[in-house]
Amino acid sequence: MADISLTIDGKKVATPAGTLLIEACKTAGIEVPSFCYYPNLSLCGACRMCVVKIEKMPKLQTACTTVVSEGMVVTTDSDEVKQARKGTVEILLGNHPLDCPVCDAGGECELQDMTFSYGAAESKFMEAKNHKDEQQWSPVVFFDRPRCILCFRCVRVCNEAMDVAALGVQNRGVSSIIAPNKEDHLECEECGMCIDICPVGALTSGAYRYHTRPWEMKHVGTTCTHCADGCKTTLGVRRADTGMEIVRGDNRDKSGTNGDFLCIKGRYAFDFAHHPDRLRRPLIRQNGKLTPATWEEAFALIGKTLASIRDQEGGAAIGVVGSTRTTNEEAYLLSKFARVVLKTNNVDHHRTADFPALAAALQGKTQKTASMADVFTAPAILLIGNDPTEQHPLLAWQIRNNVRLHRARLYLVNSHPIKLRKQAAGFLQIAAGSEAAFASFLAGKDDAASSADKDAWGALRDKLRREQNLVIIFGSEIRSAAVGDLVNFGLTIPGAKFVCLGDYANSRGAADMGLYPDLLPGYHPTAGNSEFHREWGEVPQMPGLDFPAMAAAAKAGKLKALYVAGSNPIGRMGVDPFVFSKSFVVVQDMFLTETAAMADVVLPAANAYEKQGTFTNTCGDLQLVKKAGEVTDTKNDFEMIVRVADAMGFDVRKLVPFGGGVRADMGQSRGAQSGEADRHAVWLEAHGLELKMSPFDPMAILDEIQRLVPGYGVSRMSLLAGNAQHTSLTNVGAGAAHKPELIAPANDSLFSSGTLGRYSNTLQSVIESREATPSEVAAD
Amino acid sequence: MTQSQNHLMATLVSHPDEVKVVSRRFGQGAADIDRYLALDGYKAVQKALAMEADAIINEVKNSGLRGRGGAGFSTGMKWSFVPKQSAKPKYVLCNGDESEPGTCKDRLIFEHDPHSVIEGVIIAALALGAQSGYIYIRGEYRYLSLIMQKAIGEAYARGFLGKNIFGSGRTVDIYWHGGAGAYEVGEESALMESLEGKRGLPRIKPPFPAVVGLWGGPTVINNAETLASVPHIILGGAEWYARLGTPKNGGTRLFCLSGNIAKPGVYELTMGYNLKRMVYEVGGGIPDGRKLKAVVPGGSSCPCLTADEIDVAMDFDSVAKAGSMLGSGGVVIIDDAQCIVKFALRTMKFYKHESCGWCIPCREGTDWLEKTLTRFHRGGGLRKDIDNIQYLSENMLGRTFCALGDAAAMPTIAFVKKFRKEFEDHLEGKPCPYEKEGAVEELPVMA
Amino acid sequence: MRFSEEFEARFAEMVPHYPTKRSVLVPTLLFAQDEVGYLSDEVIAEIAGRLDLTELEVRNVISYYSMLTTKPRGKFNVQVCTNICCLVRGGENILRHCEKKLGIGHKQTTQDGLFSLEEVECIGACSWAPAAQVNYDFHENLTAEKMDKVLDEYRTKATQ
Ligand SMILES: Cc1cc2nc3c(=O)[nH]c(=O)nc-3n(C[C@H](O)[C@H](O)[C@H](O)COP(=O)(O)O)c2cc1C
Ligand code: SF4
Ligand code: FES
Repeated sequence: MADISLTIDGKKVATPAGTLLIEACKTAGIEVPSFCYYPNLSLCGACRMCVVKIEKMPKLQTACTTVVSEGMVVTTDSDEVKQARKGTVEILLGNHPLDCPVCDAGGECELQDMTFSYGAAESKFMEAKNHKDEQQWSPVVFFDRPRCILCFRCVRVCNEAMDVAALGVQNRGVSSIIAPNKEDHLECEECGMCIDICPVGALTSGAYRYHTRPWEMKHVGTTCTHCADGCKTTLGVRRADTGMEIVRGDNRDKSGTNGDFLCIKGRYAFDFAHHPDRLRRPLIRQNGKLTPATWEEAFALIGKTLASIRDQEGGAAIGVVGSTRTTNEEAYLLSKFARVVLKTNNVDHHRTADFPALAAALQGKTQKTASMADVFTAPAILLIGNDPTEQHPLLAWQIRNNVRLHRARLYLVNSHPIKLRKQAAGFLQIAAGSEAAFASFLAGKDDAASSADKDAWGALRDKLRREQNLVIIFGSEIRSAAVGDLVNFGLTIPGAKFVCLGDYANSRGAADMGLYPDLLPGYHPTAGNSEFHREWGEVPQMPGLDFPAMAAAAKAGKLKALYVAGSNPIGRMGVDPFVFSKSFVVVQDMFLTETAAMADVVLPAANAYEKQGTFTNTCGDLQLVKKAGEVTDTKNDFEMIVRVADAMGFDVRKLVPFGGGVRADMGQSRGAQSGEADRHAVWLEAHGLELKMSPFDPMAILDEIQRLVPGYGVSRMSLLAGNAQHTSLTNVGAGAAHKPELIAPANDSLFSSGTLGRYSNTLQSVIESREATPSEVAAD
Repeated sequence: MTQSQNHLMATLVSHPDEVKVVSRRFGQGAADIDRYLALDGYKAVQKALAMEADAIINEVKNSGLRGRGGAGFSTGMKWSFVPKQSAKPKYVLCNGDESEPGTCKDRLIFEHDPHSVIEGVIIAALALGAQSGYIYIRGEYRYLSLIMQKAIGEAYARGFLGKNIFGSGRTVDIYWHGGAGAYEVGEESALMESLEGKRGLPRIKPPFPAVVGLWGGPTVINNAETLASVPHIILGGAEWYARLGTPKNGGTRLFCLSGNIAKPGVYELTMGYNLKRMVYEVGGGIPDGRKLKAVVPGGSSCPCLTADEIDVAMDFDSVAKAGSMLGSGGVVIIDDAQCIVKFALRTMKFYKHESCGWCIPCREGTDWLEKTLTRFHRGGGLRKDIDNIQYLSENMLGRTFCALGDAAAMPTIAFVKKFRKEFEDHLEGKPCPYEKEGAVEELPVMA
Repeated sequence: MRFSEEFEARFAEMVPHYPTKRSVLVPTLLFAQDEVGYLSDEVIAEIAGRLDLTELEVRNVISYYSMLTTKPRGKFNVQVCTNICCLVRGGENILRHCEKKLGIGHKQTTQDGLFSLEEVECIGACSWAPAAQVNYDFHENLTAEKMDKVLDEYRTKATQ
């Protein structure tokens, strides 16, 4: 829009027409205080803190409701304005309990800051304050009414941005209160947005309240370890006897793609890390019982056993199962470890979406994948399958608010009337299982639609064909061939992009890093001659076994060892643990899962909140994972894998490019290319990076990932700065995963999160409280 | 719930100085459509049907008719703000929420001459090109709702409402709507919220109702008396109407005399009628040999005038010059037996109870002023409280979301400024010097 | 939840008067209260259902309007105005008199469930002060004696 020029405190300012004065002031570097104003929520004009003087206007005006106009002359710091703000803070403090010393928000309170800057030093009031006891609205939401300043942010974020509408305003005048939808308690998505957005300590978190003071915590902005959306969450950590304890999760750092958003898991479900069942000692099975051992004993035993199995039986006798919740570096390392150290392609992980099929379908195309940010700005969205409100809370938030704020057109195709239909411009309910048919119908195979469906399907297809820059999002209902159909259709729409929905924090990373029996990182087939064959040296050509095949092999006595890192295939795939009784099983995990319980060696693992590295969310956005918490006597999977390789007598320099000596012989070490220039050193040089000094430094593997994995060559600078970097599936290998039937969606809800969820007391307490008060109007 | 017919009709008064325009048909059974027709009813609307929309608006402009709801804005002007073309339907909304303490005039119009309101709404609709109008009547006025619903029914039956009114081919529908107890809902934007089935919170302005009103459509909101005056203007002509009053203050208005006065009642007097005469001649002066202490000239939100300030012409501009407001026509007379602190307290108690709670200065301000005044009246006052009361009120004035905050602040400031001595008389634990024998100390209960 | 035919007729007539369903909410709540005596959970659920609103939305609105109540009241709700015009003409004494006579205070109900008492804001009877409303009936230019008569009148009405 055309620029408007106005004068604020003598400064000439130019802003686009339609800008709110309060925003114009911000851009001019002039702070205008406000309680009720909040970007992207409906306007209130209720707190009157943002009043300013506008020439030719008799009264002071609220900057939050005034749209800039040409030639406007504004004063934000006159005595009149200052007095108005002072007066408002004064009167507000009149009824405010001023129990700051025991208030959760103390030190992080906008009312405190406001009082500090706009002064209400001496109190003019001697009347009794209106009191009301604190109420618990849900296991995680508490409400302290007297502290509430009625800025209505919570009500608006819940109604407008979350579309949950669990909060309202009741009574009037000074008796006005914020009220929960079930009179004395809340029944909602428990996202805690109301707590985050509360400028004071009126709404507080059941998981944090009275635990500590803000200034006693260190705040680490990292990536959520629950669903595959990759919200940035800020963890507040505090020293504890077991290392560093995570005491709070919130969204004070709003720099992530999730902006203001966090769901219940990202906000509260960090507590699995302190669960009493957490493994804190290596365990070795001795005469049938898992008994505590030292790390040295454990690594020695694993190294010796695996080496001898590999040397006598061959790598094909060893199976490896990776994780959807370890970092990219760990997944890549495991994939490489399996191939070059264990000499096996028997590699798998818990598949929840057909990423390889998307990669294959996009062969030779560039920039065809949408980032999580794109989902908030796209003019139109097609969502087939899945229920993001439950399974991809951030994605749902992006879609909802794109529709609300940018009038995006949302087209839904689903076998259930999912909640997002309220935002949908078109909702097509189809029979469960006919998603694939719909995809091929889109691709032009008209007979894929039954005569009953033809018209409805056709009408939607016509609408879609008229769209541009459409973002096409699909859940696990769409697999293998159907993905191809969908992509073929999409490619006929100018600017269309795709999102494939996997379920876990690093499901996408696990796929990109090649935790498949037939795929190396970047979807390169094991059979062939990719960079990975060249760089890694000997890589078995024959595709390996997927997990069910490993189980079968074990049963037949052919699989002598199973190496599981951060996964619970036994629990997940319902395989009888007995089939592995003759195999040597190593498990790295936080808890004694069904798989760990039958292992010969169990290594206590650190979780994603306790390590450094990167995650790739389901859209392909690469984000930094930072170390926040720490539980002594656990190790991260990365270090454990390197230690095992070392214990097997393998030169770890060939696994992790590190150390001074590397430069010299690295060239030769690159098998086929021996003698040739050291590509890694050249790449590092070109990117102004140093060779890492420790074999346990995941950044060393990140160097290799960025150098070799298609799409991952993003700006390291920006990545380290904490920004999401989109890795588009570009120049990927030709490999397509087989066996779509192996895809097993997690079907997690807002309140469940696989194994982590089971060990999160917060999530459990919410589930219990909902069972206690059954809902007539479910999540919808 | 029971609704017995006796116990409803409000008693009528009259005085030779009265110029009966709006009250012409009072007491003549005009609620019945045939009586109304016999008394020139529905002639104006037929005349209006033959006029250009702009001609109607100009007629109303030139008549000098100003809003009887309180703000006194030129009605013709307000109508002219409504865009001629509009994608969304336009609406006429009659404000019959009558809740300003001291005001009981719309009640008489609805009771004695409901068709005049209907006729006014139709004419407004014709002038604006609106096809529907709503008549909002406060919940407490249940019996008036019934009268109004009956009247609307009769008008439909005669073809005065609905499609093709008076065979003109024009469509005008009018519906009754009821409130449920809320003063703030009288504020025009809150009124629209209430009509839309929501809490009565005011809306952010701009946009003004004339541009974005009911359900997003351009809407004209007028007080019932304002609209009831319109047919008379159309029939009698702008000039005649204008000449009844003073410059820029056309016509007559209903003044509700109440309080310590011999002949309280609703009198229709010309705009600019002298307040002193109103009190001493029309109202028969102060009874029981008492003396006049103060007059609240236009409903509880207007600053009071002391006994020696009341020689003023009762039109919007003169009263404004005198430092108060003509407001809604509620003239409250206070004699020298009344305690101003108590009066100020009761006034504030009202605004505290009615504040919608949306904005901080009004919500918290009215609460603290009421608390302070209560303590003060009980004799627990400190000298600094007197300044505090004024300081707090001045912090509210002009700073609140809607005019309710001003309505609470303005009278309070006047009471403190003009009767500081009475406040001082309550200091140092002295009991209220005005508490009569046996009178019970008033405790702020409500809420 | 069943309402009277009169209620249903009025409801059916009103809904088409507005472009949005919820617009009938405020008057409808008052009519429902007149029938049931107060806005019970059942009534709230019913009306919310009819107007496609959540019960929360309905409660938000109810709690805003002072005539609406979610608690049962006596058969006759005695509402005494003590606002300025009534104040200066002894409105408070009328209120105190009712308190003594009925033995109840603001927003309380007599044992026999016959009367409730309420101190209310201006009811638009300023020129006929002091005044009170019993349910929807106005009683004006009141004195203690007159108030007694009024109350007795209703008591006998109830017994007939
Ligand atoms: C707090 C408040 C209460 C009001 N109450 C009423 C009312 O009860 N009746 C009324 O006609 N106007 C009332 N008004 C004035 C209306 O906002 C509006 O100005 C008026 O209805 C316009 O009609 P008019 O131009 O014919 O006066 C009130 C205003 C405020 C700020
Ligand atoms: S939406 Fe997903 S990533 Fe975001 S906080 Fe919730 S679980 Fe974590
Ligand atoms: S921010 Fe403008 S009034 Fe609250």
